[in-house]
Amino acid sequence: MNDVVNSSGSTSTIHAAGVAIKDLRKSYGSNEVLKGISLNVAPGEVVCLIGPSGSGKSTLLRCVNLLEQPNQGSIHVGGFEATDPDVDIDKMRRKVGMVFQQFNLFPHLDAKRNCTVAQTKVLKRSQAEADKVALHNLERVGLGHLADRFPDQLSGGQQQRVAIARALSMDPELMLFDEPTSALDPETVGDVLSVMRNLAKEGMTMLVVTHEMGFAREVADRVVFMDGGVVVEEGVAEQVISAPTQPRTKEFLRRVLDPTHIEIEE
Amino acid sequence: MAMTARQRARVSLYVQGAIFLVALVAIILAVDWKTIGTSVFNFGKIGPMFPDIFLSGLKNTLVYTFLGFIVGLSGGLLLALMKLSSFPLYRWIATGYIEFFRGIPALLVFIAFGYGVPLAFGVQWNVTIVVMISLGMVASAYIAETLRAGLQAVPKGQLEAARSLGMPQWRAMVTIVIPQAFKIVLPPLTNEVILLTKDSSLIYVLGLTASQYELTKFGRDGISSLGAGLTPLLVAGAFYLVITIPLSLLARKFESRSARTKR
Repeated sequence: MNDVVNSSGSTSTIHAAGVAIKDLRKSYGSNEVLKGISLNVAPGEVVCLIGPSGSGKSTLLRCVNLLEQPNQGSIHVGGFEATDPDVDIDKMRRKVGMVFQQFNLFPHLDAKRNCTVAQTKVLKRSQAEADKVALHNLERVGLGHLADRFPDQLSGGQQQRVAIARALSMDPELMLFDEPTSALDPETVGDVLSVMRNLAKEGMTMLVVTHEMGFAREVADRVVFMDGGVVVEEGVAEQVISAPTQPRTKEFLRRVLDPTHIEIEE
Repeated sequence: MAMTARQRARVSLYVQGAIFLVALVAIILAVDWKTIGTSVFNFGKIGPMFPDIFLSGLKNTLVYTFLGFIVGLSGGLLLALMKLSSFPLYRWIATGYIEFFRGIPALLVFIAFGYGVPLAFGVQWNVTIVVMISLGMVASAYIAETLRAGLQAVPKGQLEAARSLGMPQWRAMVTIVIPQAFKIVLPPLTNEVILLTKDSSLIYVLGLTASQYELTKFGRDGISSLGAGLTPLLVAGAFYLVITIPLSLLARKFESRSARTKR
């Protein structure tokens, strides 16, 4: 764990939280998208969720901070039981940073204000303190010089990095990434991935839905392959990606890693 | 001897021009100019309208419209949020209110709050209160629908991002969603103000004292007192345009600005 500057400006380590998901089920009507998922993420661990679209990876991620309400099972995040009906959702979400595929920056606020609005309104920090934290985090993602730009004046990759800085400004103990590079131009993907790589090095707990196999292999401690609402295979990143044991994992990776040499099946 | 497409278009343009010209000449010939000169365009006798048309007519129209708009905006926002609520009772109340007040003539609302309600409750309301309530209640029904459309036009990801940062629902709406919705509905909202400006004339059904006259009532009063026929009403009409045309231009400016930032 490296030293980072926390909200008060002093130096400290990231306080990382773990996640424990047990037998999680989620249906939309009669369509069951999560069919009993169990998954543990240790504090400071980086776990990548991979799998074909429609496999339920994004839904699983969105269940962790209750953007989707699970039907069954339990989720523990830090000291919170997310699935407890009496849980203080807002208090729990302060600990959980979320980064979306479509960035979802607030278009009516500049980059700095995007990073301060929740600090002042939710954490009740003073504007001066919030500004300091925001600038620190914008510098952390390499955008300190663009703090007064509005989202529509930034490239996709820059917007996504502001979105990461916005989440970090709340001093989260866990970061969720929902396909953070899928909506980006290819040449800006690298900047976003390197910010995420640094964050992983600093000891942040990260749960990442991604199609970037290179990133998963290099940065993730573990990789979880999902298909059809179940965990098909999980293990050390290098092992799952380079030497998968399950036929469905092999097939998926063959298609993702070498898309130009797929033979069309009858 | 076929014509080219361009020749046909030119001939068609000449024909349209000729028809328009003939119609104009026919109207000019048919009009009784002598009577019109004394009872419609008789600007020689309207001197006494000034400066009171500014001090009471124009001023009261602006004040009534402003008060109605403030009530309409607050009520409209409340109704729009109720209509989008997940609680069915709120949705039903809002839908009932909106359908009712959009469905009946605004004039009836003025009569109801000018005479009916004060009688029923044995209260005395002054004209300003009646205008504020009547105009405000009608306006909130229309504004509610405009704002609802604006709130729904804000992408769902905005609310999700705000909630993910730990904002409670109300805080996310107030800080993130509603400001964006207002930006979207600024042009149609300006149009609502134009409609309100004209609806403020309905106050004439109440008994007004001279200092309470707004533009239309002021003009009607001039008809009986100045002996210039309908001319005072024409002047009042021109004053409405002085208010509404700048608003129209403003709405168009908002529209082009939001088109530009959407990119």
